[in-house]
Amino acid sequence: MAKVPVQFTLNGSEKAEFIESGTTLLNALRDKIGDTSPKGGCHQGTCGACSVIIDGELRLSCLTLAETCNGADIKTTAGLAEGGVLHPLQRAFLDAFATQCGFCTPGMITAAKVLLDRTPNPSREDVVEALSGNICRCTGYEPIIQAVLTAARANSQNAA
Amino acid sequence: MELRKDYFADVRKDGLNEIGQPRPRLDSPGHVTGKTAYFADRNFPGMLHLKMVRSPHHHARIRSIDTSEAEKHPGVVRVLTARDVPHNVYTILILIQVGPEDETVLADGKVRWKGEAVVAVLAETERAAQEAAAKVKVDYEVLPAVFDMEEALKPGAPVVNEYHGQNYYLYDSGECRKVRFGDVEAGFAQADHILEQSYQSSPIEHAPTETTGCVVAPEGNDRFTCYTNTQAMFFTLDNASIILQMPGSKLHFVGGTVGGGFGGKVDVIVEPIAILGAKLTGRPVSFVYSREEEMQISSPRAAEKIVIKDGVMKDGRIVARKVTGYTDAGAYSRHSPYGAQKGAAHYPGPYTISNVWIDTYCVYTNRTPSSAMRGFGVTIGDFALEVQMDKLARLIGMDPLEFRFINAYRDGDMKAHRQPTEGAALIECMQEASRAANWPVAEKYMAMSSYRKGA
Repeated sequence: MAKVPVQFTLNGSEKAEFIESGTTLLNALRDKIGDTSPKGGCHQGTCGACSVIIDGELRLSCLTLAETCNGADIKTTAGLAEGGVLHPLQRAFLDAFATQCGFCTPGMITAAKVLLDRTPNPSREDVVEALSGNICRCTGYEPIIQAVLTAARANSQNAA
Repeated sequence: MELRKDYFADVRKDGLNEIGQPRPRLDSPGHVTGKTAYFADRNFPGMLHLKMVRSPHHHARIRSIDTSEAEKHPGVVRVLTARDVPHNVYTILILIQVGPEDETVLADGKVRWKGEAVVAVLAETERAAQEAAAKVKVDYEVLPAVFDMEEALKPGAPVVNEYHGQNYYLYDSGECRKVRFGDVEAGFAQADHILEQSYQSSPIEHAPTETTGCVVAPEGNDRFTCYTNTQAMFFTLDNASIILQMPGSKLHFVGGTVGGGFGGKVDVIVEPIAILGAKLTGRPVSFVYSREEEMQISSPRAAEKIVIKDGVMKDGRIVARKVTGYTDAGAYSRHSPYGAQKGAAHYPGPYTISNVWIDTYCVYTNRTPSSAMRGFGVTIGDFALEVQMDKLARLIGMDPLEFRFINAYRDGDMKAHRQPTEGAALIECMQEASRAANWPVAEKYMAMSSYRKGA
């Protein structure tokens, strides 16, 4: 089958690959580029485990064709920690016991990051709305909501 | 978090180092950084993808299987049928002598539930495997099917599973697991009131976010490494060894990281056929359930029917309990004979009742095989028992919590299945629940104890 070139920025580094036309961004990231932090839970856009950030927008990588991402700036949970220091969201998820099986966690964190980038001081309702596309089957939602609110407070204290 | 040290203070040393202390989870740093390696995060060059051809019928004889078109499909490397599997008929619990072997890895001559695996297709891409699977031709003769447990137990019902010969699991105690304690009929004769109620549940899917699957890599030394999200590593390794007729030393299982299990990943379903595929092709193999397969094919919690007849006195004592429980195993045993047996021990509930009669049946139907899920054999029973307890309390005009205090088991009480009660904390849990829920009970119940004599 004919291959098509794709080139984008992933967590700050340039990536280029030849992929089969029709390959999802999820499969391109996981199988070709080796970033397995986005997870495939349903491959039909309902569970949110594959969530990534494309040009600042939260996107489902299982419903995004890789070839539409040429030139894009893509961020995943694997790229959040800087110099080995956890991002405040990661730290808050750790401290708040907001992970159980961990499979939804990278998607949850990307969804939360897009929220905090736009709404640095979100209400509880804002957080619930922002995470509403992400399923935690272990049903640990409450600690996740608390973690996002805690990370927001930590951010605003650092900014002050 | 609040640790209530006033409960059991006189029987506990207080030098607690870990209990009551928050401790970080060791796996959490991997989860928040996306570094935790789930089985599907393993990727090997040249990896093949396995897709299953499944039965569209609930019950049918297989007249013939034609894989010739599928084998010609571009990208297909190998097509597997029952005759490729060295020991095709197995049952998971044979490891603890719960037989007979009653389930096929790939259907041989017959299918017994809609969705049963018939032919495995291995191809270069998922898409090629899927397309080729659609080209496998299976000629079925559809047979009458039975979906209701009581219908399945009637004489003349279609026999679901010939390895059993009848539509129930034959325990060493006969057609059901039995508990007999005291004289249940004498208890009913003595009771002020008798209440008989029937409770039913449907199958429940665990719906883990990570679907069932494994990745198998052949190693250079004739061993196979299987990366799996099984919840039962050694059950799976040992059953794979039996099915493949390979010594366990040839199999290296890597796992323990599960993206949600809830009991849904304790069956041995994907690993043996994936290892066989890797052995016969010499290539790595990935077999991952689609979301649809996870919801429709993986074992759910069994449907249950529970009939409870209780005799109760006006003063609140339950003096007789008779329970008949039915567990719908679906077409194959998997863990259900064990689940039904657990129910037999459990149905008196955490209550001391002097006259008990219990029969629990593990029934075969042409439904999706059921298996483990969070307290299987017990959870649905608890729903039935506690609804029954509320109904009994209402019947005699008693507060439902006080009614439970009167009947709660305490240390030293003999349970119906002849295990003496030890370490019961029900009284204390209910005392704390009474406080926390602001549901007051009489002072005499707050002074009760699970373990202090006379209290």
